Amino acid sequence: MNGPSSLRGKTAFVGAATFGCGEAPGYTAMELAAEAGRLAVEDAGLKLSDIDGLFICLPNDFLSGLSLSEYYGIQPRMTNNSRTGGSAFLTHAEWAMLALDAGLIDYALICYGSNQRTGAGKLVSAQAPSAFEFPYRPNNPVASYALAASRHMHQFGTTSEQLAAVAVSARQWANRNPEAFRQGPLAIEDVLATRLVADPLHVADCCLVTDGAAAVVMTRADRAADLRKTAVSLLGAASATWHSEIAQLADLTVTAASESGQRAFAQAGLRPADIDVVNLYDAFTINTILFLEDLGFCPKGEGGRFVESGAIAPGGSLPVNTNGGGLSFCHPGMYGLFTLVESIRQLRGEAGDRQIKGASMALAHGNGGTLSSQATCILGLPETV
Amino acid sequence: MTQAPPTATYFRHLNEGRFLIQRSPSTGEWVFYPRMVAPVSGAVDMEWTEPSGLGTVYATTVKRVKPPAANINIAIVELDEGPRLMTHVQGIEADRVRIGMRVRSRIVDGPDDNKIVVFEPESAA
Repeated sequence: MNGPSSLRGKTAFVGAATFGCGEAPGYTAMELAAEAGRLAVEDAGLKLSDIDGLFICLPNDFLSGLSLSEYYGIQPRMTNNSRTGGSAFLTHAEWAMLALDAGLIDYALICYGSNQRTGAGKLVSAQAPSAFEFPYRPNNPVASYALAASRHMHQFGTTSEQLAAVAVSARQWANRNPEAFRQGPLAIEDVLATRLVADPLHVADCCLVTDGAAAVVMTRADRAADLRKTAVSLLGAASATWHSEIAQLADLTVTAASESGQRAFAQAGLRPADIDVVNLYDAFTINTILFLEDLGFCPKGEGGRFVESGAIAPGGSLPVNTNGGGLSFCHPGMYGLFTLVESIRQLRGEAGDRQIKGASMALAHGNGGTLSSQATCILGLPETV
Repeated sequence: MTQAPPTATYFRHLNEGRFLIQRSPSTGEWVFYPRMVAPVSGAVDMEWTEPSGLGTVYATTVKRVKPPAANINIAIVELDEGPRLMTHVQGIEADRVRIGMRVRSRIVDGPDDNKIVVFEPESAA
């Protein structure tokens, strides 16, 4: 494919919301998702009855598209509860882009909610246990990511201190986000002093287990301009799947983000250097390093040194996970949708103390399974279209 | 040619004390985990074949558990024939396992009803 895609800028995000991030005792996953969805629709200046495309995953309801339609009393023309893990919502944006552009739907709502902290008390996984992994009882998902980290350290000399730098940067951003669940000082030594879970990953190298919900609303560019807030254009959206279980990934230091990112950038007609803010799914500290490399923000193998330099922290050259990420902001299981919400808030100039001045283009990236599904969205202000 | 149930056949062999994996004579490729159809090539003529049992540690981690239970090594071993599998490297401290270490397969009791393949350093054999 040469030159930007005809889909570039044809659709836009016109509503975004979060709800119940951290602890939301007493609420069910559906109640959290429903409230985030309502707030996102309100944010767009629309009514629930305008929604004719519904995209959702819930941790405990595989037919949640049916459940939320009934809950809202809406009758969507398109209902999609497909799941690729935590990347699902970015793939939903990709599908919504296509359906909106084709005129099949006019207003898409994408939402997620989970009460996994106060309800389940641990990460709820939707991945079926593999007959060939389960007999070894890996403490998944962390063991799979730890295996990838072991390979990165072996091949590129990446260190535990460099992994820890990812968590430290995330915390520094979280300290500027009043919604963040985990705040306060965090140094490299503090990360390394936490308990090892699966070598080389410590507790502080792992994402939080919190409650939380998020939602975004999308429509076509022609309708977006009339709505309440600055429309954030979708300039490119692409996804890729290379494997499911970690032992089947050909090279544990290269993920399918290298493919989804390349296609999303091609669709948008942009390069990594054009991006002002990056929000990616940091389930574990190694993820941030792998995805920054695979998405082209630094050369393969240089991710450890890149994050160690302070480049992704406040004041650095490339703001990454400005909400504090899954490591310090919130992580209610399938975090992907929060990368879109934070990107939208940054481009709208709604990010308060953590606002990146003049940000006009953002990249959101989701990960699903054990580095298995990768999905990339590139967003821009209307003038970038 | 439709394969006999691949998952059940793999574990039946293990439970009989034999580590066999699939190999396609037409393409020459070894396949793990066992499948109805070989990935990428689409071959369906796989036969159960005994690999050398030798391999190299490709990636390794330690599942840290609460004392007094011992920590557990979780590794990905690349068989000399090509395929990789998740496994344990045993006969050595869990955190002393290194990428590149040469290992040899062994069949041991698993946590469930089936036996499993683990590895130990080749030098220990």
